[in-house]
Amino acid sequence: MITFTAVTKRFPDGTVAVDDLTLDLPEGKITVFVGPSGCGKTTSLRMINRMVEPTSGQVLVQGRDVMEQDPAELRRGIGYVIQTAGLLPHRTVVDNIATVPYLLGWDKKRARSTALELLERVGLPAAYAKRYPAQLSGGQQQRVGVARALAAGPPIMLVDEPFSAVGPVVRAQLQAEFLRLQQDLGKTIAFVTHDIDEAVKLGDVVAVFHQGGHLAQVDTPEQLLAAPANDFVADFVGRDRGIRRLGFRLADSLPVQPVDAPRDSEWVLDLDDRGRPRGWSRRGVTASMQSGGGTFTTADSLRTVLDLTLTSPAGVAVRVDQHGVADGTVDHAAIAAHIQDDPIRAAR
Amino acid sequence: MLQYLRTSSPAVLAALGQHVVLALLPVLIGLAVALPVGYLAHRFRWLYPPLLTISSVLYAVPSLALFVVLPVILGTQTLDPLNIVVALSVYTVALLVRTVVDGLASVPPAVTAAATAVGFRPLGLLLRVELPIAVPVILAGLRVATVSNVSLVSVGALLGVGGLGALFTDGLQRDYLAPIITGIVLSVLLALVLDSVIVGVQRVLTPWSRVGER
Amino acid sequence: MSVLTDVAAFLAAGSNWQPENPDGITARLLEHLQYTGIALAIATAIAIPVGLFIGHTGRFAFIAINAGNAGRALPTLGLLSLVVILVGIGLVPVIVALVVLAIPPLLTSTYAGLQSVDRATVDAARGQGMRERQVLLRTEVPIALPILMSGIRNATLQVVATATVAAYVALGGFGRFLIDGLAVRDYAQVVAGAVLVAALAIVLDLLLAGVQRLVVSPGVSGRALTRTTPRKVSP
Repeated sequence: MITFTAVTKRFPDGTVAVDDLTLDLPEGKITVFVGPSGCGKTTSLRMINRMVEPTSGQVLVQGRDVMEQDPAELRRGIGYVIQTAGLLPHRTVVDNIATVPYLLGWDKKRARSTALELLERVGLPAAYAKRYPAQLSGGQQQRVGVARALAAGPPIMLVDEPFSAVGPVVRAQLQAEFLRLQQDLGKTIAFVTHDIDEAVKLGDVVAVFHQGGHLAQVDTPEQLLAAPANDFVADFVGRDRGIRRLGFRLADSLPVQPVDAPRDSEWVLDLDDRGRPRGWSRRGVTASMQSGGGTFTTADSLRTVLDLTLTSPAGVAVRVDQHGVADGTVDHAAIAAHIQDDPIRAAR
Repeated sequence: MLQYLRTSSPAVLAALGQHVVLALLPVLIGLAVALPVGYLAHRFRWLYPPLLTISSVLYAVPSLALFVVLPVILGTQTLDPLNIVVALSVYTVALLVRTVVDGLASVPPAVTAAATAVGFRPLGLLLRVELPIAVPVILAGLRVATVSNVSLVSVGALLGVGGLGALFTDGLQRDYLAPIITGIVLSVLLALVLDSVIVGVQRVLTPWSRVGER
Repeated sequence: MSVLTDVAAFLAAGSNWQPENPDGITARLLEHLQYTGIALAIATAIAIPVGLFIGHTGRFAFIAINAGNAGRALPTLGLLSLVVILVGIGLVPVIVALVVLAIPPLLTSTYAGLQSVDRATVDAARGQGMRERQVLLRTEVPIALPILMSGIRNATLQVVATATVAAYVALGGFGRFLIDGLAVRDYAQVVAGAVLVAALAIVLDLLLAGVQRLVVSPGVSGRALTRTTPRKVSP
């Protein structure tokens, strides 16, 4: 879909922003470019829609060299979202979203109705259509920026640090919505961030860039956490990567003990008459399920399960089926043993 | 041209000397008036809109008219240089009040808050924190006022007191280019020199703005 | 003050307003507007395209930055005298002097207006696929309009006030009242002339303020913010 072949970008002042980059961005997936500032990730992104032109090498988009295409037409076929949204302050929200349809010469009615649909799709009320960007909060502006990038239905989207200017709570919310949107749309996305947590949360593939425009590692988020290619990547990925990696593994193959199996703890699991866990008790002292541990299903991650074992008074997480009925328990020793058998780790 | 300069240089120098005084005196008077007025408009925001209107209206009055009308108001002689000085001072105040307010408004609120918190009293805050930070904006306005004054003084020549402007009326009457070109060149040079002096003063007053220039 | 009553009498005299009276206020007003209009039209036709080019490309920026100060330093009276000697008495010297006066504020404000546009907005506009011309006309100019308009208003104010010098080289306009009044020591006529010039400047400024309100988007002028307070619903 998007292919970099031996791409180098040297700026007039001599700095090499991107050095001999060869990279394939898989179709329909999110590829995250992550790295410290000055690593060439944004320059690489901007070479896809020819906002920056490569000094040597080739960037192919859908099989065609970007340098052989008219820049404006190329860009109209690629959604573009940047950090501060960059909305046109003199145009209303609906007209901002319809920017590319207008440029493509759609009739006004069609462009606007498409824009209104997208406004709803990114979670903003229709009443916002007539507002100006200055009347929106940063997070709202960023939603409009995403809607604008989607307006003409491009198969590809370039997204540059879209959530770094909003607070942590809003950021988490926007990230979740972004993933939900991508599940529906299946675009080929190049996503730039300096935040490794965002990278492993959003990326199907993560490309870690090193200062000076070198590619340090390209892998799935889980592989990146499991097996950093070198010290730079290990350092960049940071501490706790063992724990964070558990977030990518489902608890579906985790072996459990029967609920009534004997335990070397005085705490007893209280079940209601249908077998749903109510809490833990010991010598008349009770702890509800919410305050002491909790329950998980096979759709939860190993990280969630491990966390439950640490907060449960009995050191045990309780698995429930789709009716909420307890059907097994697991302690941290069992989780540790399960990870030891990890086929990915064994392969390396 | 050279012939003209040879024979008339004493007259030209006298005109230049008068020009410098007529242009600079109003800048100093204007600054002295604009600083307190601007400070008041900064402290009491309701003063600002009416001051802005008054200064715009004053600016719309043609300089020639002000030069002519002032003797009637001040009771001075038509040929009294005081008319020019007062008229140009009025323009300077009109321009600088706005600049002083903008300059004081350019001080980040966090800085004034911090300075108040470490114990500056209002006067110390003004003199040692707010004014120094406002210097670049105020001096930018002062540059505009000085340069326009240099150009405006010439208009006084229509009344007989206009420094280098006398060279223009002289040249026009005699259909002679040399004095006119001399006047224009000296006037522009004077403006540039005074402008550079203010830029120099700003560099001395705001050493911190030079850091990072390199 | 007797001068004031004389001024009032001058301004109120019916004969002064009759269009047929060649020395009347109406005739002088039309002359004054003519000089102002021609000079502003020429200055705009020169300064705004040049300012747009410099502001958009960032090339030759020193011209725009220095034009303001250099232009202000040129004495209008000297320029006027120079051109009169070169081409003779007539409309040309007056227009040349006024055009030279009007170009710096127009050029500087056009440049400053484009400079004030957020780089991210321009980047986003280009990234959506606008061509350079579209980036300039659909993004930069609409956002720069408030500053550009203030430059036009500033230039108009200066040209209206300075067009009085036309009378010095035997042309008309409100300057006639100043020059003629001065010659015969008729201060009432001088003051009336000054009042008329200031009034014209204010009326034109108000008209331009109205134009500005019409052409500047509420999203840029900030009026949108005061019209409706945004509700903080969701992020």
